[in-house]
Amino acid sequence: MSGLSAKTQERLLYLISPIALLALWQLLLMAGIGDRRFVPAPSDIGWRFWELLRSGELERNAAITLYRVFAGFFIGSIPGIVVGLLMAMFRPVRIFFDPLIASLFPIPKIALMPLLLLAFGFGDASKIALVVTAVFFPVVVNTYVGAANIEKIYWDVAKNFGATQTMVFRRIVFFGALPMIFAGLRIALAVSFIVLVAAEFVATKAGIGYMIWNSWELLQVDVMFVGIVTVGVLGLIATVILQEIERKVIPWKAE
Amino acid sequence: MPVERRGAAVDISGLRREYVSGQGTVVAIDHIDLKVAAGEFLCVVGPSGCGKSTLLRILAGLDKQTSGTIKVDAKGWAVENAMVFQESGLFPWMDVETNVRFGLDTRGVSRSEADPRVEQALKLVGLSKFRKHYPHQLSGGMRQRSAIARAFVTDPGMLLMDEPFAALDAQNRVILQAELVRLWEQTGKTVIYITHSIEEALLMGDRTVIMTAQPGRIKQIIDVPFPHPRDLLQLSASAEFGKLKLDIWRVLEEEVNRARAEMEK
Repeated sequence: MSGLSAKTQERLLYLISPIALLALWQLLLMAGIGDRRFVPAPSDIGWRFWELLRSGELERNAAITLYRVFAGFFIGSIPGIVVGLLMAMFRPVRIFFDPLIASLFPIPKIALMPLLLLAFGFGDASKIALVVTAVFFPVVVNTYVGAANIEKIYWDVAKNFGATQTMVFRRIVFFGALPMIFAGLRIALAVSFIVLVAAEFVATKAGIGYMIWNSWELLQVDVMFVGIVTVGVLGLIATVILQEIERKVIPWKAE
Repeated sequence: MPVERRGAAVDISGLRREYVSGQGTVVAIDHIDLKVAAGEFLCVVGPSGCGKSTLLRILAGLDKQTSGTIKVDAKGWAVENAMVFQESGLFPWMDVETNVRFGLDTRGVSRSEADPRVEQALKLVGLSKFRKHYPHQLSGGMRQRSAIARAFVTDPGMLLMDEPFAALDAQNRVILQAELVRLWEQTGKTVIYITHSIEEALLMGDRTVIMTAQPGRIKQIIDVPFPHPRDLLQLSASAEFGKLKLDIWRVLEEEVNRARAEMEK
């Protein structure tokens, strides 16, 4: 490996642990240790993955899940950011929202699913609403913390230069909080997938969560694994995209 | 370049600022009577905690006095004052150009009018090439230059400077001191400059105010006899400069010792 750059070596090293784990898994099953009907080998999962792709079933379910995640993510995070910033700027807003957040944040959002089904029916709307409730809280808390911890000197500069409230909000509080806003969005993104897949177990006939639950009922363990892996891959891709956006939007953040 | 008009004049009388804390009332500054002439370069020195920053913050509108008055004759300058902070206070999320333009944006100056002014301010401090850099990409000296440009661009009647070069290394400090004096000589703005360095005060200022330790009062005001324009390096090597520095150090030494004794009590 001496011919490779240090960075490439590091990347290869990064891949070794998951590949070794999969190889071990495959070899154990091929050696007859474990029951392939209940624990399929990576090659079985790969084969099933390919079949589900060819039939279009995987793409269809993934698209539905992604649509619900992103709709909920946007609808939930934008008010989260706005409320968080307002809480940092205005004491009455903070006093108003603090007890609400403290009491509603700890409620497992999946517990709201029956309520949301009542309100929004069995369609996409109830699933999106669930994601919204899950996304809002980590975003609002992170945004508030980010905005409240902006160094005092920036407020002083703004005041000395005669900045208006609107100007302070738009040019200082928002940007000062941006690194923490993105930290909140990253948590919210993961939480979106977590609650949505759980909701799809029960309250729908489409989506990756449905696929996983349905294959359990039919004892198609390989399909179940395909669903689990797909959720992980989708989450990974979404996180990488979010990180790229963050790098573009926060060019001042030191590497 | 001849100075066309001079900066703002300030008349401070009976200024007092006290803070109420759990342990009782702390008087930060008291009995401050001070007249600053239009276009004067005034330095304020004193031991740490003598309230010199409090005085400046009140002048900058960032703090309010408990009693006493400040009368500012802005002499027709649209912007009364602009402050330069010790840690530059540049917004990390704005590039140099946007930082410098900030004080114009807050006053609703149009883009077409602001651009040439920003350009000129950047040129004044030698940062035209770095306009698109972010503060974290600049050295400490360049950051302070940007902060000075940001204050100058608003064309204030008075510059309020709170130990702006204290965090710089010695070489950069000497260079920036000379540049600031040159800018002041060219523009005729009133400068109130807080420092803990007697040498810095004598090098740059027309007068030096020496403050007492807690509560901060004016102990003595010294007229600095060196004429402008000054060559700071040559001045700092002269015998007169050395003698004046020693005299003032004697005055300040009492205060430093008193402050220390106070703390050890």
